[in-house]
Amino acid sequence: MALSVKHLLDTTSLTADDITQILDTGRSFAEVNSRAIKKVPALRGRTIVNLFLEPSTRTRSSFELAEKRLSADSLNMGGSTSSVVKGESLADTIQTISAMNVDMFVCRASLAGTPHLITENTDAVVINAGDGKHQHPTQAMLDLYTIREHFGRLDGLKVAIVGDLSHSRVAGSLVPALKTMGATPILVGPPTFQVADPAFWGVEQTADLDAVIPEVDVVYLLRVQLERMEGAAIPSKREYNRLYGVDERRRRLMRPGSIICHPGPMNRGMEIMHEVADSPQAKVLDQVTAGVATRMAAMYLLLGGESDAY
Amino acid sequence: MGAEGPKAQVMDERDMERTLTRIAHEIVEANGGSGSVAMVGIVRRGSEIAELLADEIESIEGTRPPVGSLDISFYRDDVARSIQPVLHATDIPFAVDGRDIVLVDDVLYTGRTIRSALDAIMDFGRPKTVQLAVVVDRGHRELPIRADYVGKNVPSSSEEDVRVCLGRTDGRMAVEIWEGKEA
Amino acid sequence: MLIRGARAIDPARGLDATVDVLIDGKRIAMVAEGIEAEGHEAIDGAGKVLVPGLVDMHVHFRDPGYEYKEDISTGVRAAAKGGFSDVATMPNTDPVTDTGTSVRYQIDRGIEEGKTRVRPIGALTRGEKGEALAEIGDMTLAGAVGFSDDGHGVQSAGMMRTCMAYVSQFDRVVIAHSEVETLTKNGVVNEGRASTRLGMFGWPALGEELEIMRDIELCRLTGCPLHVAHISTARSLELVRQAKADGLPVTCEVTPHHLFLTEEDITDAYQTNLKMNPPLRTPDDAEALIEGLVDGSIDCVVTDHAPHAKHEKDCEFEIAAFGTIGLETSLPLMLTNLVRPNRLSWRRLVEAMALTPRKILRLPEVGIFEGSVADLTLIDPEASFTVDRDYLESKSQNSAFMGAHLTGRPMELFVSGRHVLSAGEVVA
Repeated sequence: MALSVKHLLDTTSLTADDITQILDTGRSFAEVNSRAIKKVPALRGRTIVNLFLEPSTRTRSSFELAEKRLSADSLNMGGSTSSVVKGESLADTIQTISAMNVDMFVCRASLAGTPHLITENTDAVVINAGDGKHQHPTQAMLDLYTIREHFGRLDGLKVAIVGDLSHSRVAGSLVPALKTMGATPILVGPPTFQVADPAFWGVEQTADLDAVIPEVDVVYLLRVQLERMEGAAIPSKREYNRLYGVDERRRRLMRPGSIICHPGPMNRGMEIMHEVADSPQAKVLDQVTAGVATRMAAMYLLLGGESDAY
Repeated sequence: MGAEGPKAQVMDERDMERTLTRIAHEIVEANGGSGSVAMVGIVRRGSEIAELLADEIESIEGTRPPVGSLDISFYRDDVARSIQPVLHATDIPFAVDGRDIVLVDDVLYTGRTIRSALDAIMDFGRPKTVQLAVVVDRGHRELPIRADYVGKNVPSSSEEDVRVCLGRTDGRMAVEIWEGKEA
Repeated sequence: MLIRGARAIDPARGLDATVDVLIDGKRIAMVAEGIEAEGHEAIDGAGKVLVPGLVDMHVHFRDPGYEYKEDISTGVRAAAKGGFSDVATMPNTDPVTDTGTSVRYQIDRGIEEGKTRVRPIGALTRGEKGEALAEIGDMTLAGAVGFSDDGHGVQSAGMMRTCMAYVSQFDRVVIAHSEVETLTKNGVVNEGRASTRLGMFGWPALGEELEIMRDIELCRLTGCPLHVAHISTARSLELVRQAKADGLPVTCEVTPHHLFLTEEDITDAYQTNLKMNPPLRTPDDAEALIEGLVDGSIDCVVTDHAPHAKHEKDCEFEIAAFGTIGLETSLPLMLTNLVRPNRLSWRRLVEAMALTPRKILRLPEVGIFEGSVADLTLIDPEASFTVDRDYLESKSQNSAFMGAHLTGRPMELFVSGRHVLSAGEVVA
């Protein structure tokens, strides 16, 4: 049995079985990651290219560790988007790397749809490590993993996703994945951050955080790109913190047993206050830990799944 | 083709109980007691057999050796050809360093599973010895591996499937030969 | 040349009958049944439909400046293939077509090619920068058929007022690309379902509608005829309907891609040939536009033929160029999707694709009558084909309809009596 998809480009293509398989396999890798020798030969001899067209220290480190622990050979490449001015198009870049016989591309890009464009120019498997404002499926997998480990289930949970919804690939992946697993996402943010068509996802959207907080099992805070948003969509860090930041008062409004997640890096003092970020309810470091295990799972299942390729 | 039932039964429940008792005695004898012995079953059936052997050793020695389970999925050399969902996480709740580790599996066949298991167990530390106990040795080895404790040698054709049935997993205890390769 | 036994349709003359049409030189010599024409070459028109030469009043031929995408030579071949006797070219060339000389250049190049006529549209403002009036009078005298800053709107209301007031002294129309850029900044797909689903910046319907509201009021103020380019939303159509009801000289056009494609056609494959400005809208919008075309609220069909080289489309959606080519597929799409299913009458089709654009551009009347200039398109409504590279004549292949199976296509085209499309192939 393998995943129903050849590539991991988005969460909308994944079935509940696919997601369950990734999370279950992720558990096995979490066990590997807790050993003294955190390495298995599962992908020995496979070549994985980390093509990061947009800088990202955290996600790239997580993928690199996952690859090393699977014994894959990996190569890090920077690069740029297709551009006549810069010379080589992305298609040429991918064809060039593919000609060196690689098995997988892990791609981070600032433009939506870039991973799909890569699939059209290579036979290798492609994992989307975040494409523009579109999707970030491995982030969703590690989020679901973290939530499932805490609650023992996903079905029936309510998850408030708070922040810059319209520019968020994290929300773009997490919302459909939660729906697939039977959870109920609720979008919360100022109208200037709300998505144009929440009905497409079949979710509710509101600006009233205090009304939502007592109703949910998970408060998922999105990172706000202050440098891009200040004055454009929100007036200031101070005002955002007052209206949408989770401080001790709001934390006390949360249900007993509920948790706080954040994809990192956190803007302390903006979307989350210190005392909350450092409280046991915040699962931010668990998410990071889960990231390596679930990425190992995704790569193992995708590369193992090429049953009769050679 | 499984619906027609087994071609032959090689061992019944009584045979298996006697065999496990014998193997437990051999383990205790070979290791001069059970003080340093730990059992590591290869999932899934090896894990259940390891538990049964530990029970037997406890009834002989009065103390039960620790039991762990090992999922060798990530160590297989045929990942590209067949992939199984990984649902049985490895669980070795003791330090392997300096111990006499008895790897336990149901059927010894090509030896590739055991090779993977040896790789895996070494990632947990440096055991004093690693020994191998199996219920059935059906031959057809592809690697230089042999078992220290064997329940029964069952010469078989590679076109046959030798199955060890266990109470917890299969609802009955038996060793059967089925027509056709393993599903 | 004698076209024998075709169904001839010319709504301006109330003509819809099977007749013979004799072309002599540049003009139609006779329209009658059973013409005996010894010594004339004859085309069998049985089962075919003869209409006045089609006109596409919104194309981009990229000449001068971007000849790697298209030039006048390849552009007129694409136009001839599509059955068009006249096309109006938008001025966003390099340099921008904002002088009489540059207008004259395009006309002359068109005459040299001797196929479809090139009718340049001049820029409203110098360099299409929206800052200073272009030499509109000079361009009018050189032969410009209308004025537009197509590619983007004139952002300043004051500048647009000046443009329309100035143009109002000439018998020419101002063609408005309606887009409030502060609302559409970075937008690449319709704001709503598509932008949410695909994770890209939205181009809201209001970005178009708000500018149409403004320009209708400027039309009311200045009296200058206003033609709204490529309307894409149901509300835009309502605004035009209301302006017409108010008696204002307002017309509008629609493209086949806004009629027959919607935002839902853009999948996770991010097809860059479906990236348009204005973007593909909702199915409800497309349905409203079809109704508007059928009831005459929409005056004409244009292609917004926008050729782009392969490297400008074989890239990430967000940085791909906007637009699709359309000249070769426009009539076949209309026939396949609207005329065959009896949603649009032949009469309305001929009005929208041949007669009305001539009126809007103040071109001389042509028709199927004795003495008319012989601009004629003969259509085989039963000919089926697939849109592929061989079918297309344009230098670029960025068709949103590549691979489509269509029924009905132009087979013969006469421009001033010259036979430029024969048996569906462009005459060299």
